[in-house]
Amino acid sequence: MTDFAAQLRRYYVLYTGGFLAFIALLGVLERFGMPPRWIGYAFLFLTIILYATIGILARTANISEYYVAGRRVPALFNGMATGADWMSAASFIGLAGTLYLSGYQGLAYVMGWTGGYVLVALLLAPYLRRFGQFTIPDFLGARYGGNGARLVGVFATVLASFVYVVAQIYGVGVITSRFVGLQFEIGVFVGLAGILVCSFLGGMRAVTWTQVAQYVILIVAYIAPVAMLSFKVTGVPVPQAVYGQVLQKVQGLEAQIFDRPAEVEARQLFRARADEYHERVMRLPDSLDEEKQRLSQRINELRSSTAQMRDVIVLEKERREMPKTPDAAHERWDAAMRAAAERGAEPVHHSTAFPGRDEAASNTARLNFLTLVFCLMVGTAALPHILIRYYTTPTVREARNSVTWSLFFILLLYLTAPAYAVFAKFEIYSHLVGTSIAQLPGWVSAWGKIGLVSIEDINHDGILQLAELALNPDVIVLATPEIAGLPYVISGLVAAGALAAALSTADGLLLTIASALSHDVYYKMFRPAATTQWRLVVSKSVLLVVAVLAATVASQKPATILFMVAWAFSLAGAAFFPALVLGIFWKRANKAGAVSGMIIGLLVTMIYMVRVHFDAIPWLGIHGIAMEPWLGIQSTSAGIWGVMIGFVTIVVVSLLTPAPGREVQDFVEEVRYPESESAERP
Amino acid sequence: MQLAEKRKAYWRRNLRMTALLLLIWFAVTFVASYFARELNEFSFLGFPLGFYMGAQGSLIIYLAIVWYYARYMNKLDREFGFDEGGG
Repeated sequence: MTDFAAQLRRYYVLYTGGFLAFIALLGVLERFGMPPRWIGYAFLFLTIILYATIGILARTANISEYYVAGRRVPALFNGMATGADWMSAASFIGLAGTLYLSGYQGLAYVMGWTGGYVLVALLLAPYLRRFGQFTIPDFLGARYGGNGARLVGVFATVLASFVYVVAQIYGVGVITSRFVGLQFEIGVFVGLAGILVCSFLGGMRAVTWTQVAQYVILIVAYIAPVAMLSFKVTGVPVPQAVYGQVLQKVQGLEAQIFDRPAEVEARQLFRARADEYHERVMRLPDSLDEEKQRLSQRINELRSSTAQMRDVIVLEKERREMPKTPDAAHERWDAAMRAAAERGAEPVHHSTAFPGRDEAASNTARLNFLTLVFCLMVGTAALPHILIRYYTTPTVREARNSVTWSLFFILLLYLTAPAYAVFAKFEIYSHLVGTSIAQLPGWVSAWGKIGLVSIEDINHDGILQLAELALNPDVIVLATPEIAGLPYVISGLVAAGALAAALSTADGLLLTIASALSHDVYYKMFRPAATTQWRLVVSKSVLLVVAVLAATVASQKPATILFMVAWAFSLAGAAFFPALVLGIFWKRANKAGAVSGMIIGLLVTMIYMVRVHFDAIPWLGIHGIAMEPWLGIQSTSAGIWGVMIGFVTIVVVSLLTPAPGREVQDFVEEVRYPESESAERP
Repeated sequence: MQLAEKRKAYWRRNLRMTALLLLIWFAVTFVASYFARELNEFSFLGFPLGFYMGAQGSLIIYLAIVWYYARYMNKLDREFGFDEGGG
């Protein structure tokens, strides 16, 4: 084992050195005039070829290798693989931007996505490793008996993981189209190929070793640009350690900027616009005709005057693009109203906790912060693709150590994300806000072209006010190399890192779905007599079908599914967490309790989410279902209800029904104590 | 019988440590965040303390909890003779 670990370490040290040399080489080539597009291609294709090579080298026809990498992944490497598995496109690209936009409130994600590992370490990982099977539904099936709990587990696994995998593949499409200029749909299928080359031939074994390689790329790519920006601003290249002083400077800038008369005026203008749209939406459908008439009248007036032809053309275009139906008008104007209201809102001070108009609003913000942290943590400790990673270590001891390593490798990114946000904010507040719009730096218009940055000089003073600048959260990480004035090779590196983050997470998720369907449904429920070969064939076919399905959904650019990713945590938490934890820590929990608790927890969570967020589901013919959130808790934190009700249901129903039999008691004992394994050993 | 008692003692110590660490986890996560507005009055390493806890402090404590638990339990296994060998 130790030889194996030493050998692995040597390989990966060499590999990391090779990767750094590759970056340096591209940097030199850029100096000599290699065009940015080629640098983009080099990063995209060479990294995918690399993953494919690992995937092919690690191919296997052994069931244990295919599902759990032969259970011989040392703690350190399992930690890196878990880190890559965990950190998705959203963490890599979106998190820093969320922190930029929402300041303290965004820290809920930072805490939630790391603190969940405390629950994994203390309540789940060692026990799951001791159980030592293949999937999470496996554990539920063995602990509660029969197929009920297993089936609900499979359903929840597929539900949470599929939404999540679609978002990753969508992320690959976005990255390849932005950096390499591939068409979005082609990018999606390049991503699909990148995922399949890893998981198809080698299953968990190939995915694990690829994820370790991907972790190295993603962490270098995440930290390098902000370290350089930090060096430029503070003279110290360790952004995590020094951003406190930059935060103080940001606070100073906030105090200067927020109350400038031009800022106040710009915000008022945006609020007035929001009110106007609001009024229009309220007066639908009459207002649509009025708008059309008003435009036609203006066009006629301009035509008969000596106005510029250009102005007429602009107005005619506006008239052509008017919404056709009142429903379309409602949707568009409502969105415009929200956008304007957002720009007109009072800006948030970066470090202020729970901002709100008054005490009550602030307390609601606090409640939402705390419940979101809770849901993200419990969800982290319940997402099957993370939990199955702890089946792959050689021993229980290594499983415990590997949670420590996982959290360590994950922290490297999550400690950096808030620093990213603060450095970007400092640059933007000090160099962008208050300058002439004609003289903005190049990256503003470059990212503006694809709609990630938008500027509107609403008070026509030719100066950029903070309220006039709207940023998509993704732009913070993507544009930091340019904001810091770094060469293009660093932008290419960021793209490669984002790609690694998306692919590694997609690999893990896809394998989890395929294992749940092939192992739990096909093998355990329908064909317990299936041969090993046949099980692998089924597993690989399912993998292929799910992958193509996910890519097809992703290529439709589904807006709602991206939003629903935030829900996956609440769903997974409500479905799995109570049943898993009580299954280990409470012998009295029985099948009736677990199944009803999982179903009721899931249902409560789903119904709460849907009813708080949507008023109607047109394709199901459901209308008027909207409800007021309980205690003002938003749909992303719906899991708080599902998890609590899930726990209560399992306890109550278990106590009302007969206690589980002797074999379940023995099973729990076996999972709790390490000695049974050593007793079995020769 | 002796085995059953040994198991009981092992499990009790495991539960005690788990509960203690969860208590710390809860305090760092929920109690500290609940009072973030008040903590922000203080300054730590140039950060407002409430912000620092959310962005760094709690994360480092999480890592310490997970590390300590692994160490404690691995020791406990050895103490009770539950040595898996190998790993």
